Amino acid sequence: MPVFYGVEVGSALMLGTAQYPSPATLAGAFRSSGAGVATVSLRREAGGGQDFWALVEGLGTRVLPNTAGCHSVKEAVTTAHMAREVFGTRWIKLEVIGHADTLQPDVVALLEAARILSEDGFDVFPYCTEDLTVCGRLVDAGCRVLMPWGAPIGSGLGLNNPYGLRSLRAHFPEVPLVVDAGIGLPSHAAQAMEMGFDAVLLNTAVAKAGDPVAMARAFALAIEAGRAACLADPMPARDMAAPSTPVIGKAFLS
Amino acid sequence: MTIVLNGESRETRAATLADLLHEAGFGPRVATARNGSFVPAGQRMATALQDGDRIEVVAPMQGG
Repeated sequence: MPVFYGVEVGSALMLGTAQYPSPATLAGAFRSSGAGVATVSLRREAGGGQDFWALVEGLGTRVLPNTAGCHSVKEAVTTAHMAREVFGTRWIKLEVIGHADTLQPDVVALLEAARILSEDGFDVFPYCTEDLTVCGRLVDAGCRVLMPWGAPIGSGLGLNNPYGLRSLRAHFPEVPLVVDAGIGLPSHAAQAMEMGFDAVLLNTAVAKAGDPVAMARAFALAIEAGRAACLADPMPARDMAAPSTPVIGKAFLS
Repeated sequence: MTIVLNGESRETRAATLADLLHEAGFGPRVATARNGSFVPAGQRMATALQDGDRIEVVAPMQGG
């Protein structure tokens, strides 16, 4: 099971808590999937925060607060400090959004915020792109986990750049890697795990499914299968056919 | 004195940030910022409010 900042979590599925049709469905999705980490956020308190916290505590998972919606270093750093106090954890999913339509990270601001927060004692989980140089700089800044996107948040497009993600895996063999965002189907999650990623973080694909509880279970099975496949050392792909049945000994019948 | 609490203008007699949280009836699990800067829970009693302060009070919420 994946180890993040010295903590082993119970599942390679990291699941968001937003957009479910009801709190009961949210809890059901966590139960059916056995997700090991729940992502949460901070928003202006309008009466629902205390009840929601009770629900999250009941899930029995590790909690990973995010800085979703932050567009600047200052906003993200301030939000991280607030999250550390409210949730009682050093873990922070660091999002610094740079583009309104794609929600892709502002990697320059992300790097600066990651450096500040790492020096401040946070365990930073940066939502980043698969850019090797950026990821290297994030590691230099103190990040011990990298979370490249598969595709834009909420798009469900899957792994847009499998080459880039494979390359990232090869370049950072010792760093826990999580595909965060863009996953739409269990097969996308399985693909990431087959590539050797340590975990998958998703939300919309489960919450917006017709049956979120059943879909959460489907993701858990796919992630388990993908991980098992990775450990079993998949065969290399090839362009031309290679007969699997022995050619020698075939009866001469023509 | 008039402050801005979570984006809405508010008349308050609270002298400190801790007083304001009590006055507004917030639950225990919240975090606070004053004029864009984080105020740890332990400093709320010592944080005097001034006219025009922008106060943010946030709580756990759903997130991805």
